[in-house]
Amino acid sequence: MTSPLDYLHSAGGSADVIRPLTWTTLIISTAVIVVIGVILWIAVSRAQARGGAEATRSIPIQEGARGTKWISTGVAISAVPLLLTLVWTMVALAKITSGGPANAIVLDVTPRQWWWDVQYASPDPSQIFSTANEIHIPVGMPVKVRLHGADVIHSFWVPKLSGKADAIPGRTNVTWLQASAPGRYRGQCTEFCGFQHAHMAFEVVAETPEAFAAWRSRQLAPAPEPTTPEQMRGRDFVEYRCGLCHRVRGTTAGALIAPDLTHVMTRAQIASGTLPTNTGTLATWIRNPQALKPGSLMPNQNMTGSELADTLAYLELLQ
Amino acid sequence: MREADYRTPHFGADSVEHRSRLLELWETSPGIKGFFTTVDHKMIGIRYIVTAFIFLALGGVESLIMRVQLAGPNGTLLTPEQYNDLFSTHGMTMIFLYASPILSGFSNYLWPLLLGSRDMAFPRLNALSYWIYLASGLFLYAGFLTGNGPNDGWFNYVPYAERAYNPGLNQDFYALGMVFLGISTTVGAANFIVTAMRTRAPGMSLSRLPIMIWGTLTASVANLLVIPAVSLAFFLLWMDRQYGTHFFDNTEGGQPLLWQHLFWIFGHPWVYAIVLPAMGMVSDGLPVFCRRPLVGYAPVAISTVATMVLGFGVWVHHMFATGLPAVSMSFFSGISIVIVVPSAIAVFAWLATIWLGRPVITTAFLFFSSMILLFVIGGVSGFMTASIPVDWQLTDTYFVVAHLHYVLIGINVFPVIGAVYFWFPKMTGRLLDERLGRWNFWTMFIGFNLAFLPMHVTGLLGMPRRVYTYGPGMGWDTLNLVTTIGSFVLALGVLLFIINVLKSLRVGVPAGANPWDAPTLEWAVSSPPPAYNFAVIPTVASRHPLWEARLGTRGARSSVDQGMLLDTGKETLGTSALNAHPDMVLEMPKDSSAPFLLAVGTAVLFVGLLLRQGVTVSIGTAIAALALLFWLWPRQELREREAAHG
Repeated sequence: MTSPLDYLHSAGGSADVIRPLTWTTLIISTAVIVVIGVILWIAVSRAQARGGAEATRSIPIQEGARGTKWISTGVAISAVPLLLTLVWTMVALAKITSGGPANAIVLDVTPRQWWWDVQYASPDPSQIFSTANEIHIPVGMPVKVRLHGADVIHSFWVPKLSGKADAIPGRTNVTWLQASAPGRYRGQCTEFCGFQHAHMAFEVVAETPEAFAAWRSRQLAPAPEPTTPEQMRGRDFVEYRCGLCHRVRGTTAGALIAPDLTHVMTRAQIASGTLPTNTGTLATWIRNPQALKPGSLMPNQNMTGSELADTLAYLELLQ
Repeated sequence: MREADYRTPHFGADSVEHRSRLLELWETSPGIKGFFTTVDHKMIGIRYIVTAFIFLALGGVESLIMRVQLAGPNGTLLTPEQYNDLFSTHGMTMIFLYASPILSGFSNYLWPLLLGSRDMAFPRLNALSYWIYLASGLFLYAGFLTGNGPNDGWFNYVPYAERAYNPGLNQDFYALGMVFLGISTTVGAANFIVTAMRTRAPGMSLSRLPIMIWGTLTASVANLLVIPAVSLAFFLLWMDRQYGTHFFDNTEGGQPLLWQHLFWIFGHPWVYAIVLPAMGMVSDGLPVFCRRPLVGYAPVAISTVATMVLGFGVWVHHMFATGLPAVSMSFFSGISIVIVVPSAIAVFAWLATIWLGRPVITTAFLFFSSMILLFVIGGVSGFMTASIPVDWQLTDTYFVVAHLHYVLIGINVFPVIGAVYFWFPKMTGRLLDERLGRWNFWTMFIGFNLAFLPMHVTGLLGMPRRVYTYGPGMGWDTLNLVTTIGSFVLALGVLLFIINVLKSLRVGVPAGANPWDAPTLEWAVSSPPPAYNFAVIPTVASRHPLWEARLGTRGARSSVDQGMLLDTGKETLGTSALNAHPDMVLEMPKDSSAPFLLAVGTAVLFVGLLLRQGVTVSIGTAIAALALLFWLWPRQELREREAAHG
């Protein structure tokens, strides 16, 4: 019983702190339901009559025992798990909110309708780069995520690694990511944000520090130069059409209102976790995003077959 | 002048002539005129109940459409826009147009009967409260049916609700509709509070109130305190949208989180307001079928009030993920955990009542007793969300959807259906069919649990709320299919209930005054009760006026056939707040068209505001002002007179 977003399993960071508390409260809750259910069942099965009004009237009224012991005993027993949970909650809360090392990697994540803008911060401007919908982190190291609100409220959630944190316009919230094992961990927007709230996922890729360093230096590089005529025509098209919203570093496509495409082909998924990245899905998406994500802010592109082929030829280059 | 304001009411016994005199004074004239002018709390109560059930059915159909869409991955029945309209309208309908009004309906119908009075304290206000509820419901549904329904959830977070992201009329309908509906809830709450404090039968001290009165009274006080917050929030939103204010716009110094605070300061106490009266129904109804008084009357009454008091300190648990400081959140987390205690008191009181009683299994009993289990399931899942770190995982997943449905269906719908089985004979004079009732109960119980118990797992497996579809491979497919099947079984159960009501209205077994041999005052009058409720004002000497002989109550006995006659006008008795000592004769207003006209005028006013048409606004204001003038015009026969009882 495991699924990409389940939080009964965890893979590091604050999710590891939360998981045992979730399980414990879940087990306490289940036990309470079972105990109350059994008491109720026994109590009801002692029924003196069944039927309707006549059956009811046939059983005479009696004062009966006072029974207030039931209440005091029941409340006393209930207080134990409540107190336990309260203390554990505060301890876990303190642990999670104590922050992380000052020299941690810092990400600026800005969720937008309906994708994730991810920027790797650095005091050195030449080390800053942007990507989208896919976050890479080195295994075993806490990574600080600053969440910025841009349009409406979204919520950042990678259940296997950390709980939810909202991105609210005018505020910057901080959350931490840490993975104890390499892997791909799915994230999802969890605050209702409009038409495509359903299709607003992302992935956190945890990899060895070496692999992370390699990925990072590759992301820092500008887009590869086109070589074939198709690729060159494709770049031109991308610059004057796609560049109205997207950025491809190293070209004149420099807009920042849609995902950075400089290394789009290195990302496993497109359209915010909606489709796997390959030429076929790219073609479908570019031509008709409104069919895949109705209401998406990307308009359908009226392209001739050759325009599309050229564009795809160029995009495939963006490794 | 002052001398004339005193008088001694006549005491006496019930008689045929006396009753015919009262009937003449109290009965609503038949036909269309009576329909629009009645102030009889029983007619208003039944209207509330019927209207609320219609909204329940509408909200139910909306949910079934959504369940078809979600039955499997990548559903294509609905567009995202349609889905968002549907889930928002479903929430609005169930929470605002069903869950609260249904309880107002029962309370309206039952309160004067439970309290030994002839009407609510302010009968015309009562009528106004209903007409505005109906008008605002129609207003909100006019939006939905023209494609302008709410589309941002019932909680309606900004900035998505702001014009920049939501340019249609959807949010204007919702914002104005909610302010409009708030008038109904507010005047209704004020009426309940004064009714409970001023119009109880002599001797019905606070310690003898049925728990349902405690529930509705507590909820009404809460409503008076919190409705202003939500009305203000929606008004500010409307101003932001239409007049360029920036209350929630951070780019101009506003604050999106302000909305969440205003909304949840209202929203969470409101959750208790829509369950406490229903819990009261169980506390009053269940003991009748256990053939004994409720165990722990005082703790249960106190826990009702305590829940509400604590309920004002939990709203931030809806906002744990917004990045508020951990220290301030931990306060709200603590209260959210502590609030389990008063709920536990009620649960153990009910369990003890069944265990120590001699239960009789009827359909009403099945609904009331099963509610205990559903309440516990909804309670413990709520307790889980109270723990901040756990909530960071649970919140906004289907776990919370499962939780809130256990709370609202478990603690509101189940007691309400049970209450219909219990009080339908009082309202109509006929019993509901018990055989069909068993089918009704088991279909609803199985369908509900089939739909919502697995949904906890769907949530634990990470399915987010408010998504119009989901991809395959997430592990949610089978669970969602089961939920969809369960929801249709539940709907079938509700259908059986409706069939039972329609059938029993015509051919149900005649009930008599007290079919369940129940202890409280409403069962002392005929079924259905006469327009004036009580021929003489009863005197109450204990919590169980009709069981006193068998409970061996010592000392004075209650009396329902001798007392103040109050038949020289449309009168009932005003009593003191704590001990219910006779205080003054209350002159009750006759049927009046003013409430209806005021509601019509207000509706026109709100339509004018929606369309921003000055002329329409002026016409609506004029109608409302004239209706108010007519309503408030001083009348000699309505002056209050104190009883000269020394």
